[in-house]
Amino acid sequence: MIWIVLVLVVLMLGSALAVLYLRDLLSAVAASAVVSLLLSLLFVFLRAPDVALAEAVVGAGLSGVLFALVVRRLPKGADA
Amino acid sequence: MKTKRELHLGGLIFIVGLGVLLAALLNQLGFGGAPMEVGQGMNALGGATTGAGNIVTSVVLSYRGLDTLGELTILFTAATGAGMLLARSREAELADAAAPGAIVRIAADLLFPFLLLLGFYIIIHGHVSPGGGFQGGAILAAAYFVPLLTGAGRGLDERSASLIEGLAGAAFIAIGLLALAMHHGFLAPIGPRGTLGHLFSAGSLPLLSSAIGLKVGAELAGVLAHMGQLEEKP
Repeated sequence: MIWIVLVLVVLMLGSALAVLYLRDLLSAVAASAVVSLLLSLLFVFLRAPDVALAEAVVGAGLSGVLFALVVRRLPKGADA
Repeated sequence: MKTKRELHLGGLIFIVGLGVLLAALLNQLGFGGAPMEVGQGMNALGGATTGAGNIVTSVVLSYRGLDTLGELTILFTAATGAGMLLARSREAELADAAAPGAIVRIAADLLFPFLLLLGFYIIIHGHVSPGGGFQGGAILAAAYFVPLLTGAGRGLDERSASLIEGLAGAAFIAIGLLALAMHHGFLAPIGPRGTLGHLFSAGSLPLLSSAIGLKVGAELAGVLAHMGQLEEKP
């Protein structure tokens, strides 16, 4: 149990750092969605399924898609 | 104009302050121990008094129903503000997105009805299993995001979205006022409790949950319809 949580936290930290260092904006959006998805898994392990559901839908789903739409609207060469 | 060094110093002070705050909190609270006793009382009484199998829903919709109304108001204001902002910047330039391939388009078409089904399932079963109005409504809105992202189709139009949103919000308040008229508290659960864990149980809680779900879904999808209009103008 504690090992699963540890692995989840390390993966979350890794993807959160990836958000900062990825050059491609769309990949950074995907990495931030991964952080939310892993966080929702963590909530499941903490026996908070309601919060996990909200986190998965809003964090990984809606905000990720919103960011993706905004990235698509940016003029080309706005990466980096 | 701030120099770079000043910005770094500000960040450092913030991190140190956050660390002190967290250390103080950890020092005060034992891990896993509840600092307040309201929760234990609700856990003991919630199922019996509201008839909802999911304690979280009974708290969100019944004990703290007024807070939920406040949250709905906040969401409404935020959606209105976003709509105003998006409506103003309509002539912004667009980067031309690549047209989606057949696999993405067909997968999006297949995903859409299943997302709708999942959203309505989570809304309707909010009082029995994890989930409820907010989560299910967000899934409904996500279902309308999918065709927009792939460019496969168009979401629902703004007028019907705002109509659904207004009716659902009015229904939420009307159920609350009905409970008040029946000499209960505002938003207190009314109607037959039914059997714990059944779909038709917990009185008015499923109705409140449905109202919230439709309102949240229509609101988020309305923001989306605005963005979709932006996308369509080349």
